[in-house]
Amino acid sequence: MHELSIVMSIVEIASQQALQANASVVEEIELEIGTLSGIEINALEFAWAEAVRNTILENTLRVINRPEGRARCLDCNTDFAIQQYFDPCPACGSHFINITRGKELKVKSLVIA
Amino acid sequence: MCATCGCDDHQHSHHSHKTVVDVEQDILHQNNLLAERNRGYFEAKQIFAVNLVSSPGSGKTSLLVKTLTDLKDFLEFSVIEGDQQTTCDADRIHATGTKVTQINTGKGCHLDAHMVLHALQGMKPKDNSTLFIENVGNLVCPAMFDLGEKERVVIISVTEGDDKPLKYPDMFHSSTLCIINKIDLLPYVDFNVEKVKANALKVNHQLEIIELSCTSGEGMDKWYNWLKTKVHVSDLSYSY
Repeated sequence: MHELSIVMSIVEIASQQALQANASVVEEIELEIGTLSGIEINALEFAWAEAVRNTILENTLRVINRPEGRARCLDCNTDFAIQQYFDPCPACGSHFINITRGKELKVKSLVIA
Repeated sequence: MCATCGCDDHQHSHHSHKTVVDVEQDILHQNNLLAERNRGYFEAKQIFAVNLVSSPGSGKTSLLVKTLTDLKDFLEFSVIEGDQQTTCDADRIHATGTKVTQINTGKGCHLDAHMVLHALQGMKPKDNSTLFIENVGNLVCPAMFDLGEKERVVIISVTEGDDKPLKYPDMFHSSTLCIINKIDLLPYVDFNVEKVKANALKVNHQLEIIELSCTSGEGMDKWYNWLKTKVHVSDLSYSY
């Protein structure tokens, strides 16, 4: 249940940004959570409800972008989509791959007022 | 005229200006900053820091106790123990004569860089030493939290399933060494070593793998050699 720590970090980042911008309300928060980032969205939503209570994100609209995993084969250089770390290259079957996308885990933007 | 309410008076604030702030900040930014701070501390003091991760009961503490006992005359060690509750593990480490700090995470499921930072402030490990950080027994959450370690060692025992690397890929993906422990029990369990190795390499093709048993001592020399090559001690000549 590391998602609780994750939500608490998100609250911290948003509070800091709001303070810097002198904002009293965060209307919307945009998150980027890749499909290979190790975050379970259901667990994040569960933790969210509790962790944002009495914080600046309590009534904030949450938008989550989910970049799909991609990898490049080190043997044949094919660029392909992956769902799991252990997916082989569809062209040559190799597991010698480099993950190029899908591990994103960041706060992208805030809409403040 | 105001398009929202039709008034001519813009002194009130019901349609105050909205601003989009581009944040682009990693959610684990704070942890990663503290991890880098720990890493800098380790580098300055030439401390070799190892983060030991596994599910509960795979033999992290037993591996440490045996290693500390066998190598204490040749290397300087200190240990940070992470558990939800009790000082049971720290007591076992303490019995070997090694400096140890216990972190109790309470309800927490992993160590983070901040906890390790404070543990370091208390224990002050010596220059040129090896620091083992035994994480909370959990194959999921600790994968995400960099502690500032040089190497992450994931331990799996043969009493677990050989499909474990596929079931918990994040941990195997983020580790640098995989230890397959309790190989003395192989005759009694349905565990295919070649299969687990293949599965682990599917998840992380850069992973090194060592098979050993803390009970029989088989394979311990490979683990000690691995440590030896990582620790910056050129005249290390131990026998075990």
